[in-house]
Amino acid sequence: MITIEQMTKVYTMGEIEVHALRGVDLTINSGEFIAIMGPSGSGKSTLMNMIGCLDTPTSGRYALDGIEVASLNDNDLSAVRARKLGFVFQQYMLLPRQSALANVEMPMLYRGIETKERARRAQVALELVGMGNRLDHRPNELSGGQQQRVAIARALAGSPSVILADEPTGALDSTTSEEIMHMLQQLNREQNLTIIIVTHESDIAAYADRIVTIRDGVVTTDRKNEVSHV
Amino acid sequence: MSNQPVRRVLEPVSDTGRNGLDYRELIKVSLDSLLANRLRTFLTMLGIIIGVASVVSLMTLGNGASEAITGQFSALGTNVLTIFNSRPNRGPGQSGNIAPLTMSDYKAIERIKLPIVGPVPQFSANATVAAPAADKSAGILGTTADYAKVQSVTMATGSFFTDANVQGASQVVVLGSSLKTYLFGSGEAVGETVRINSLACRVIGVMASKGGGGFGSVDDQALVPITLAHTRLFAARTSDGNLRVTTISLSVIKAEDIEFTQERIQMTLRDLRKLNGDGSEDDFNIINQASFLSSLSTITTLLTTFLAAIAGISLLVGGIGIMNIMLVSVTERTKEIGLRRAVGAQSRDILLQFMIEAVVLSLLGGFIGVVLGSILPIVLTVTGTFNAPVTLNSVVISLSVSLATGLFFGIWPARNAANLNPIQALRHE
Repeated sequence: MITIEQMTKVYTMGEIEVHALRGVDLTINSGEFIAIMGPSGSGKSTLMNMIGCLDTPTSGRYALDGIEVASLNDNDLSAVRARKLGFVFQQYMLLPRQSALANVEMPMLYRGIETKERARRAQVALELVGMGNRLDHRPNELSGGQQQRVAIARALAGSPSVILADEPTGALDSTTSEEIMHMLQQLNREQNLTIIIVTHESDIAAYADRIVTIRDGVVTTDRKNEVSHV
Repeated sequence: MSNQPVRRVLEPVSDTGRNGLDYRELIKVSLDSLLANRLRTFLTMLGIIIGVASVVSLMTLGNGASEAITGQFSALGTNVLTIFNSRPNRGPGQSGNIAPLTMSDYKAIERIKLPIVGPVPQFSANATVAAPAADKSAGILGTTADYAKVQSVTMATGSFFTDANVQGASQVVVLGSSLKTYLFGSGEAVGETVRINSLACRVIGVMASKGGGGFGSVDDQALVPITLAHTRLFAARTSDGNLRVTTISLSVIKAEDIEFTQERIQMTLRDLRKLNGDGSEDDFNIINQASFLSSLSTITTLLTTFLAAIAGISLLVGGIGIMNIMLVSVTERTKEIGLRRAVGAQSRDILLQFMIEAVVLSLLGGFIGVVLGSILPIVLTVTGTFNAPVTLNSVVISLSVSLATGLFFGIWPARNAANLNPIQALRHE
């Protein structure tokens, strides 16, 4: 459950103040599959960083599962990220010399989950994304789509409240993009995962159940997506 | 959304609530990344390896050398007192119109009955020593049979002259090892006759080499009974009819008696020379080899430290090498750092990961350096060329210096890594 009220973010670059967010209101319930859209410079990346607890707003309120994130210090933000969030990046961001299993286990290292449990959850997560037979493969032995599946397994292994995917198909061809989006959709429906994707492509956003458009730092449209792909 | 087939993964995680890595995991993460780039890891360590190896070998060889030097001097006898004819502040040698050291000084010391070996009078002068095959101008040392005991003489062949030889002023001579080699080569000398200032003397012994030697090596000298030197070889009489001696030496039986003995002799000689009445300075000088030895070892220790300090500079350079590579590594792995931060690593985790990498590099390099640096001293010691045992001291010092190097030069890159902004680090190309 995410509650954002009147969130603003101002960056100071030299003498220029950049108003990246100018008062965003947004509520995301658990189990939702939502796409945040907007052109570059709209503030969608800033909003994603805020939701991802990578940064704190200049003013306004952000509550994630009842935790008031806006007032947390750096260490507390790390602890919230470790437990509440799973990240999926455009460039997969896998550690190149580590196996798929080790990559999926990595985030759990930072929250005191014991070794056996870590390995078990990593394996289950990899099976869930269809990579159960590639546990020992290194990223350079996997295709782009497979790497992104490993990255998704990494995001969900710790059972976060929210999976935050930043242009998850940006580096993939259209067939693989479809596979990945179908998988995210399936994970959302079957596992009741809350998924937020940030994208500028409307056919990728079309997989989500709700599409929020942001422009010039404010939410301009927020609608149910009636014709989502099946 | 109620009939989910797989709910396993979504069950909440029972974590310990602890944030950040424990040490075992931190070390594993650090080792993984060092192993990921073995060649670079090795090249980074090379500076430390060379630095530590040179510190260990120079310290060890330096210690060995200084022990060898002081050892040679203690072989000459640390309990030995030598009395010279001079004022203390002028150094050895005749100077001014002072009363020369004579046999009566020697007899006065002998009469005190101190717990000593000796005293032994020594009269030295130069003369030509001629053998059938060669001749040489050499130092002639006239002395008594006790000389062999006081100076711990060991004979290569033959024997030292006896009290009877001394009383009878026998025409016998004992040669130093170098002088013997000069005169007779590798041939037998004992039983041969040499002429000292034309006086025929029979060679009765050759001394083993003593090496080193504080004041003109005895290896180059010919030793004769002092009576022979006084009566037949040299003009040794003073104006008042006494027989001159150059030095008087003696060795105390117990080292702790050395101060007391020195004082007694000083008193006796001052009395004899009537210096007490007018409070004059001593006109003789008593040298104690132990104090000479201690100043010598101060010098050699200083030298060893100096050598080690020079080697330490290469250790410093090695440390800068580590810092350099760690800085590059932080830049190269900015994305990895961003990823780790995004998934929940605290900045402390990143700091420790890079610190541990630097420390592992320097400690491992230190170990390899100790092993390499020990090879030369161990080979020299085992082959008997030179006794330079590797001391625990040098190992501990160089390992702790390399550890400190790792910590010191690792901290800056590690802080850079820890202070990276996760958002910017993730975007880094």
